[in-house]
Amino acid sequence: MSTSTPSNTTKVAGWGRYPTVEAELRRMIGTDAATAPIASGTSLIARGNGRSYGDASLHPRTMIDMRGCDRLVDFDPGTGLIACEAGLILADLITLMLPRGWWVPVTPGTKLVTIGGMVASDVHGKNHHGSGTFCDHVAWIDMALGDGQVLRCSRTDHADLFAATCGGMGLTGIILRVAFTMVPVESATIRQRRQRAPTLAHAIAAFEEAQDWTYSVAWIDCLATGASLGRSAILLGEHARRDELPIEGRSAPLQRKLGRAKTVPVDMPGFVLGRLSVSIFNRLYYAAQRPGDTLVPLDPYFYPLDAIHDWNRIYGRGGFVQYQCVLPLAASQAGYTRILAEIAAVGQASFLAVLKRMGPQSFGMLSFPLEGYTLALDFPTTPVNLALLDRLDAITIDHGGRLYLAKDARASAATMAVGYPRLGEFRAVRRHYGLEGRFSSLLSQRLAL
Amino acid sequence: MIASPVLILGARSDIGRALARAYADKGAAVILAARGDMEAERRDLELRSGQPVRAVTIDVTDGEPDTFFATLGEIPGTVVMVAGLLGDQERSAADDTEAARVMATNYEGPARYLLAAARVMRDVTDGCIIGISSVAGDRGRGSNFVYGSAKAGLTAFLSGLRNAVAKQGLHVMTVKPGFVATQMTSGMKLPPPLTAQPLEVANAIIAAQEKRRDVIYVKARWRPIMMVIKTIPEGVFKKLSL
Repeated sequence: MSTSTPSNTTKVAGWGRYPTVEAELRRMIGTDAATAPIASGTSLIARGNGRSYGDASLHPRTMIDMRGCDRLVDFDPGTGLIACEAGLILADLITLMLPRGWWVPVTPGTKLVTIGGMVASDVHGKNHHGSGTFCDHVAWIDMALGDGQVLRCSRTDHADLFAATCGGMGLTGIILRVAFTMVPVESATIRQRRQRAPTLAHAIAAFEEAQDWTYSVAWIDCLATGASLGRSAILLGEHARRDELPIEGRSAPLQRKLGRAKTVPVDMPGFVLGRLSVSIFNRLYYAAQRPGDTLVPLDPYFYPLDAIHDWNRIYGRGGFVQYQCVLPLAASQAGYTRILAEIAAVGQASFLAVLKRMGPQSFGMLSFPLEGYTLALDFPTTPVNLALLDRLDAITIDHGGRLYLAKDARASAATMAVGYPRLGEFRAVRRHYGLEGRFSSLLSQRLAL
Repeated sequence: MIASPVLILGARSDIGRALARAYADKGAAVILAARGDMEAERRDLELRSGQPVRAVTIDVTDGEPDTFFATLGEIPGTVVMVAGLLGDQERSAADDTEAARVMATNYEGPARYLLAAARVMRDVTDGCIIGISSVAGDRGRGSNFVYGSAKAGLTAFLSGLRNAVAKQGLHVMTVKPGFVATQMTSGMKLPPPLTAQPLEVANAIIAAQEKRRDVIYVKARWRPIMMVIKTIPEGVFKKLSL
């Protein structure tokens, strides 16, 4: 039997591969072990599967690798309430629960995240307009604090710690265990409706009309200009009922057909994602989005990029940054017209960007979504792009919006402070529970969270 | 063919946990055995598999192996010995207590418990005893020979046990995982092409058990590497820092 010993350092980065640190990554097994490093008294951050894009899971010296804490704690098939350790990977949970007819209430665009990471980033999905964030479905969280004590927090117990933890980027202690409510589904299939929106105004109108759909998302062409600015393909979805499946699929409606994952074997040279190739790809992609209704398997619907391992390598060695902002409803048309024009003018955007209608703001103090529209897209880390993103920050703030901490690697503390008016409350909770100086990350240091 | 129930000795380790989940996934009944409280592990596996799971306490460096199997209440179809301790060569070289602990956890304890297992598994159909040994046992190296020699002992033990019980239809398999990304090796700089994930080790073990393999390296490239290391003449070997 092994015991944990101090170990030397490894190179660690977020999913964007920018920035990187050379630091100690301590793998802990079981939530009892996970609290042990706290005793050292130095500052640290817990880390899940490293899918946040920027520096949220990075610490200059000590990171706790939570992936060994992945046990199921309890499940009530009467209510769907499940309790698990925070290092459980969403993909594993889906593999276990979908065959029994249970689905997660909210999923981000990758299933390669941990449940703890989903809480820390208070993730949202294609159903945010109707179902809110992941933490809206969380019943309680067990937190290990800076003095090693473990507190169960919820809407009624230590509600301030709960609200700070949901979206709190791991800065309120080590998330040990999480309980949340799963939703019943009849199949592993999505009934998808596809629409085309030739302009941004059309896309927004389509989202407003589609509020009754459980899932909605748009792939937007960020290189389209002029009359085509904001050209999008809109995908709406519902969980297919068993009786909506073709006859041959009804005997095993919850069975998934998983294709073999492909891998990006090497770091791609820069020209692969040049303006010409991306612009051609986008035009073809838009043309291929024929309107109509289809049945699609759940995995490619929710996780199109998970089928390509290490897809972050397509941006080459320098890594990339993902930019995700949200603008309030009233400001979305005007704000995104300016943002898309700026992006198209520079012309170094990723091939596709995601536009999504969001519902009301959640209770988490640093929770990202607010009622309006969010846009997410990738940029290779180049000086030209970093300058562009500074201009996008200014437009976002001007329109009353903010940036997603789980994606960020480069914004200023001032930009974040304007976007998150409850930051003062968050800091007060950190002070009150003695968490300052005990839990920190490159993100919290950069943004003075 | 996997004979049930599968008794995993050292079920708390990364490889032990991965094995328990992989066997349960195959539909086998699993008995978890480890030091200390295993209730959380037991409950996890029960929720995952939808089957009742048992957990029992064991310390391979302590207790009576025959008593352990007598009180188990059922005769295992498959026994996997995962217990082991990498330890620290410098500490083992300097401290007799530490050296004794490494030797007992990697050789003496596992060998005694597997002997007892073989005694109770005489009449089991398709019975299988699996020992997790190590590439470190293939040749003693200056950097970890206390651990390596104990694993060499375990490798020789498994080879001999295989030879002794083959005629009675009991299969014995030796597993040399190579580097594995576990808590035991957390923070070590391991070469990725030679490093396996715990689940990869578990799946390789189950696949090899179904094929009744005798000795496996989890990553096949370890076999030629260890072949070369074993053939270096001692006169040269002693001058290398390995």
